[in-house]
Amino acid sequence: MANYKYHILICGGTGCHASQSAQIKINFEQLIVEKNLTDDVQIVETGCFGFCEKGPIVKMLPDNTFYTQVKPEDCKEIIEEHIIKGRKVERLLYLDPTSQEHKADSKHMGFYKKQLRIALRNCGFINPENIDEYIARDGYKALATVLEQNDPQATIDIIKKSGLRGRGGGGFPTGLKWEICSKNNADQKYMICNADEGDPGAFMDRSILEGDPHTIIEAMIIGGFCIGATKGLIYIRAEYPLAIHRLQVALEQAREYGLLGKNLFGTDFDFDIELRYGAGAFVCGEETALIHSMEGLRGEPTFKPPFPAQEGYLKKPSNVNNVETFANIPVIINKGWEWFSSIGTEKSKGTKVFALAGQINNVGLIEVPMGITLREVIYEIGGGIKGGKKFKAVQTGGPSGGCLTEKFLDTPIDYDNLIAAGSMMGSGGMIVMDETSCMVSVAKFYLEFTVEESCGKCSPCRIGNKRLHEILEKITQGKGTMEDLDSLRNLAQVIKDTALCGLGQTSPNPVLSTIDNFWDEYVAHVVDKKCPAGQCKALKKYIIDPEKCIGCTACARVCPTNAITGTVKMPHEINQELCIKCGSCYEKCKFNAISIK
Amino acid sequence: MEKIKSLADLKKKREDLQSNLKLRELGDNVDNLIQVKVAMATCGIASGAKQVMEVIINECNKRNLPVVVTQTGCMGYCYAEPTVEVKKPGQEAVVFGYITPAKAEELVNKYLAGNELLDGIIPVNYEKIDNK
Ligand SMILES: Cc1cc2nc3c(=O)[nH]c(=O)nc-3n(C[C@H](O)[C@H](O)[C@H](O)COP(=O)(O)O)c2cc1C
Ligand code: SF4
Ligand code: FES
Repeated sequence: MANYKYHILICGGTGCHASQSAQIKINFEQLIVEKNLTDDVQIVETGCFGFCEKGPIVKMLPDNTFYTQVKPEDCKEIIEEHIIKGRKVERLLYLDPTSQEHKADSKHMGFYKKQLRIALRNCGFINPENIDEYIARDGYKALATVLEQNDPQATIDIIKKSGLRGRGGGGFPTGLKWEICSKNNADQKYMICNADEGDPGAFMDRSILEGDPHTIIEAMIIGGFCIGATKGLIYIRAEYPLAIHRLQVALEQAREYGLLGKNLFGTDFDFDIELRYGAGAFVCGEETALIHSMEGLRGEPTFKPPFPAQEGYLKKPSNVNNVETFANIPVIINKGWEWFSSIGTEKSKGTKVFALAGQINNVGLIEVPMGITLREVIYEIGGGIKGGKKFKAVQTGGPSGGCLTEKFLDTPIDYDNLIAAGSMMGSGGMIVMDETSCMVSVAKFYLEFTVEESCGKCSPCRIGNKRLHEILEKITQGKGTMEDLDSLRNLAQVIKDTALCGLGQTSPNPVLSTIDNFWDEYVAHVVDKKCPAGQCKALKKYIIDPEKCIGCTACARVCPTNAITGTVKMPHEINQELCIKCGSCYEKCKFNAISIK
Repeated sequence: MEKIKSLADLKKKREDLQSNLKLRELGDNVDNLIQVKVAMATCGIASGAKQVMEVIINECNKRNLPVVVTQTGCMGYCYAEPTVEVKKPGQEAVVFGYITPAKAEELVNKYLAGNELLDGIIPVNYEKIDNK
């Protein structure tokens, strides 16, 4: 068993690889053999540090020294100075751009701190099934403070001043929402947590519930106290069994400690929470549909007003907030609204959790301050595009959102900028697409989803989206016309203007935003009958280059429809009528004679 | 179960617990404990975190290592699940990705028992709010 004293971590991410990290590793390996250090020093390759711009990165353990822009010829100095003499190699340390000081430890590098975890503060840190760990990390302290203070309006004011806006998609100011509900008098009110999370690709709410369920419970009690509700309801989809289990355990533990139930913290305030299970319909995430579903009615939206704050669950004033919104509440109270509002942009405060997915190296859950740019998210946190391909677009806001292209890479991300750019924050799905993605197909994918999920109550959404989808299908089949493009736009606008609920009102967004940003790509499908990304099967054409074909007949033998003909040792040909574009010949050809047009 | 009836109760409880949890936050205070956290959210479990946790516990028991193994939520590195964080006393935590049961065994034998790192280290790149 080896007992190394030092570890040299070398970044093996794509960016650093491109700038010779492999050679650096080889050099270090040779050097430790030469210097007889193989029992003391271990050399390890790691994933991307998110610092590719200053790569290649070399990090020394246990002293955490962080070297940037290391060249293969620097290895010798690092070994001789750092390992043997115990002196840091100053010139390779990170140079802080503002202070012009060399920083040895990654902990002090501002640049490195792209992510800030507020909503996810306990996720991946505490054991979610143990209330004691939550309490030890200041859990339920915010609740205790609020109840001791016994002034709901004061707490509402804190939330208002913090600038917190709803993380469920709409971005409505949370403090204001609570205030409105608190002013409506009734014998019973309800605090509701929306854990429906139907946006495809989003899973931040699930992760919070699974990693830190007590945060949501604590925040709901605080909210309940502020609006004057004694009952809380969590509407969660039944497809989240682990989140449900963790919530159940957490609720049980909170009751045992007297943190739920009667006379909380010795006051006369009572509060308890029930779970309600949804069947996983996207529309049930819309607050009125959610309320109807909880009432045992069909999960269909109804016109607002009346808003839930006036007439919600069982016709009583109710307040609906998203999971991530709640997760911010205890921190705001503990650390103060001034602290919270110092993070983010002018109108969007705090952080946002995003589920990074698609053609990106580090798929996962990230939490970043509002105002970060897409470029930072993609290249510094996400580790760049998979396979070193070119960035094409990012889809945010899921089926209600749109695409952001290269020209928005440096736009600060917040609620208002995203809307101005033709997309929206949504719940925080962020799907990264590279040059091989066909934007017409992307729009079609989202419409398939909305057509499937439309509740069918109103015709613009039920029928209109179906028509939109048909036109898109026609275009990807190569049968579209320029008139179709006009109809797409017109129809999309009509649906937006006339649908009853948010689902229908936003469902044409993916179409409109791809038309706006990728007009040429639509035209290519319609006029040239070509899919520039090469994704639309019907528009693909396999062609044999007679110059390269040596007539080996391999392709003709593999073709399932006998579309390829030709004599042995003579160039072959593909009959386009018979070709079903399966690509078998393309894979089979050893001479690169077949190309896709 | 003792109920928490006031802010003072909660504070007391928190202090009692914190001395306990210190071991999780500042490993250097506890002399010899190595802390291992297995990310057990849906993404982790789907890729085998449960088996990994079992292997780690069994292997550590076999070797009588001074280790606490706990489960935790999603660390955010879904691309590299199952992920395991190891914090040795007095050292910074190291996160390992792509831990299969076989690699879990290797992790215990090489890094927990010795001081040899494995491939698949994920550099941690977020800031916690505690030190703000
Ligand atoms: C079609 C549709 C689906 C929605 N799905 C969700 C959802 O899954 N989760 C969520 O929190 N909000 C969802 N919303 C937004 C809710 O209606 C509501 O605005 C939100 O829960 C309010 O919480 P917030 O202010 O904390 O964001 C959806 C809205 C629409 C129109
Ligand atoms: S817009 Fe769609 S989902 Fe909303 S009420 Fe109308 S049919 Fe139902
Ligand atoms: S590839 Fe090395 S820091 Fe990103």
